[in-house]
Amino acid sequence: MPTLTVDGIEVTVPANSTVLQACEAAGKEIPRFCYHERLSIAGNCRMCLVEMEKSPKPIASCAMPAADNMVIHTDTPMVKKAREGVLEFLLINHPLDCPICDQGGECDLQDETMAYGHNSSRLREHKRAVREKFMGPLIKTTMTRCIHCTRCVRFASEIAGVPEIGVINRGEHMEITTYLDRAASSELSGNVIDLCPVGALTSKPFAFAARAWELRRTESIDVLDALGSNIRIDARGREVMRVLPRLNEDINEEWISDKTRFAYDGLKRQRLDQPYVRRGGKLAPATWAEAFAAIAARLKGFDPKRVAALVGDLSDAESVLALKELMQKLGVTNLDARQDGAKLPAAPRSAYLFNTTIAGIEQADAVLLIGSNPRFEAALVNARIRKRWLAAGIPVANIGPALDLTYPVVELGNNPALLGAIADGSHPFAATLRDAKNPMLILGQGALARADGAAVLAQARRVAESTGMIAEGWNGFNVLHHAAARVGALDLGFVPGPGGLDRDGILQGAASGAIEVVYLLGADEIDMQKLGKAFVIYQGTHGDAGAHRADVILPGAAYTEKNATWVNTEGRVQRGQKAVAPPGEAREDWAILRALSETLGVTLPYDDLDAVRARLAALAPAFAKLDAIEPAPWAAFGGEGAVAAVPFGLPIADYFFTNPICRASTVMAECSALASARREKATGTHG
Amino acid sequence: MTEATGSSSSAEAPFAFTAENLAKAKTIVARYPEGRQRSAVLPLLDLAQRQCGGWLPEPALRYVGDFLKMPHMAVMEVATFYTMFNLKPVGRHFVQVCTTTPCWLRGSDEVVSACKKHLGIGMNETTADGEFTLTEVECLGACVNAPMVQINDDYYEDLDGESMVRLLDALKRGETPKTGPQVERQTSAPVGGPTTLKSSDSSGG
Ligand code: SF4
Ligand code: FES
Ligand code: FES
Repeated sequence: MPTLTVDGIEVTVPANSTVLQACEAAGKEIPRFCYHERLSIAGNCRMCLVEMEKSPKPIASCAMPAADNMVIHTDTPMVKKAREGVLEFLLINHPLDCPICDQGGECDLQDETMAYGHNSSRLREHKRAVREKFMGPLIKTTMTRCIHCTRCVRFASEIAGVPEIGVINRGEHMEITTYLDRAASSELSGNVIDLCPVGALTSKPFAFAARAWELRRTESIDVLDALGSNIRIDARGREVMRVLPRLNEDINEEWISDKTRFAYDGLKRQRLDQPYVRRGGKLAPATWAEAFAAIAARLKGFDPKRVAALVGDLSDAESVLALKELMQKLGVTNLDARQDGAKLPAAPRSAYLFNTTIAGIEQADAVLLIGSNPRFEAALVNARIRKRWLAAGIPVANIGPALDLTYPVVELGNNPALLGAIADGSHPFAATLRDAKNPMLILGQGALARADGAAVLAQARRVAESTGMIAEGWNGFNVLHHAAARVGALDLGFVPGPGGLDRDGILQGAASGAIEVVYLLGADEIDMQKLGKAFVIYQGTHGDAGAHRADVILPGAAYTEKNATWVNTEGRVQRGQKAVAPPGEAREDWAILRALSETLGVTLPYDDLDAVRARLAALAPAFAKLDAIEPAPWAAFGGEGAVAAVPFGLPIADYFFTNPICRASTVMAECSALASARREKATGTHG
Repeated sequence: MTEATGSSSSAEAPFAFTAENLAKAKTIVARYPEGRQRSAVLPLLDLAQRQCGGWLPEPALRYVGDFLKMPHMAVMEVATFYTMFNLKPVGRHFVQVCTTTPCWLRGSDEVVSACKKHLGIGMNETTADGEFTLTEVECLGACVNAPMVQINDDYYEDLDGESMVRLLDALKRGETPKTGPQVERQTSAPVGGPTTLKSSDSSGG
């Protein structure tokens, strides 16, 4: 714990701190380009120079370890002059193109130039020009602007773990590029756009679309996976212009996945902007009243046993609650929120949560993956495991299809029987887990969405219990969800009621004619063929699978268009904020259900959002506390029966196409095409 | 040298070390402690460059990367950083003329123009027959005998236009010209022989 003086202020900083961190501790702001607290130290831009007594030259504060008795000055004429000199050098080859640069207004170089720049250039020579690079459909490059801080290089190799960006040549000829100009292939690649302190790497889909200062900022959360990454939605008028990460150390730190960042163009395509009713086999535009009337007519004198409801992957808790209570009032018990068929119970809560928490991964010292590809299902969970592996070299083993996760994985094989072998201690990895202080397992939907899913769940529980994963202050049992709606819906018990059918039962019933009406709340990931002749009500946002099959379409609001609640895979309750209005006639989802309930004569007892939320909290106490995690008590769960000798599958085949919003996005389509070309190449000639 | 290799991977023949080079590569790698095998990247790239006739095709970069389990991008960084690696084909005789200040003061301009004129090519070009590539390099550490050129692995020093042409002609004929100073000089001793300490029995002490 060195103690040093910064501008006359004495500070004591943790061991291994740098002078820059000490200056920050003393409340002094140090300009920097290359330094980033989550990346390794490069010390190459020299912008962070400060004066240190007894040193003849200014020192790079980001690279100098803080030591006892140092006397640092950050505000002397020498410091000012040194920084001005550095900046002038940086500007020698930097183009004066701020007026046409997308970084304008949020550019570190621009800001520092305001503070340390000359008012005119002394350079009379030509500036160097650098060939543009190709980094794929997400990252636009203007490499002449690059100041070679190497943040992008360090991010790719350290955080993303896909070392595909590098520096070629040297000195005056130094350039940043991907290997042979290949598209960046990490699911986290877009973060280099935020990291780049200048306009060298900018967002391609956002290119020339808007100026940073003319956008309306809304702090919200992401629903395209089940992490609930904290995001900022930048909008202009009725249009979402871009999505950026917000800092949340417990979830996404300051990163977001490429899907979270770039799928927003899908919000503008194939939208359902008015109700439709199928007439004479064709979907025809209708008014809300007509749509509701059509539903009422179909439900008249119905048998509740012949009605079912399924909840999709993106639905908010308010609408799930409204749908559940509407169905209850109608006497319907054929309910399921697990549209993938995962055999998860709605209680105890610890059976379906990521109990360790995402930040908790940093305490783990052995990890067992079961039927999960965290890189696709939750890219930032994968980044956390990688972070932990980098820090402590923890063993990670996998039961499931072999994976490239950016860190070494011991492939135990894709054999479900291994679970039993680990639980009874006969498999060597059981010892690794037992010897670990904080062992954890991650159970993916690939292991649960199968006929014997409940038995797999029970086996996983036995693995957890027998290897010390359940201990005082530590719960290493984790279910990894990839659908944002799932945990909230399970919290609300959106599972078959007494005598009710689950997803498989509902689909079989619909196929056989036993189920006559199916309500799909944004459920698009089921085989619509199986719905047979049933009357399908689809409430959702996009003209995707569900809408195509529907007899009545009720247009809902996407996550950027409503104030709503989601619960992430850890069980963390978070609220998304409305950034723009839903298109056309589309409405917030709970309100649609409320209106429908009135038409059906079973009016739901809430008239505004606050009332819905009060009801949420009353029904499931978790909803009473926002942004917090209560450890879920451990209890027995899982089903009896044997685990079949069928290898686990993975729930996500195409990372870029996991929900209707992504499937409507042309940017995601481009990424998907590139990724599949890459896969083909990898399995083809380059094997 | 501002461009990395632009050739696409699929167009080029795959690369692999010959049995002899493979043995050498293994010896080199074994010099480094476990976990530090990447340190062998420079000697391995050199080995590959020699095997490929003086340059590194892109498949060779990938091969070396895979050999050392290091990212291809990192190998590319090394190969483009060091100017002694060529990422485009070079002639059989790779003529590197030093034009740094000491050589320049001692007449490297004349050497350069002699090469250009005699070979009929400009800087960074290769003769049509693929025999010579001409390039300009920074100080090669033989300033004492400036001006000088390096051709493949050999130094030729104390040059002027005329001796340069002679040298090129000899190479064209397939001869192996004498390396080192091209004037009356023994290594870096004074021209024409010693001027002091002529006899070993000097008694001045
Ligand atoms: S592209 Fe941006 S982040 Fe990468 S080195 Fe250049 S300035 Fe830094
Ligand atoms: S921030 Fe210290 S050298 Fe770049
Ligand atoms: S300047 Fe030419 S060898 Fe040193």
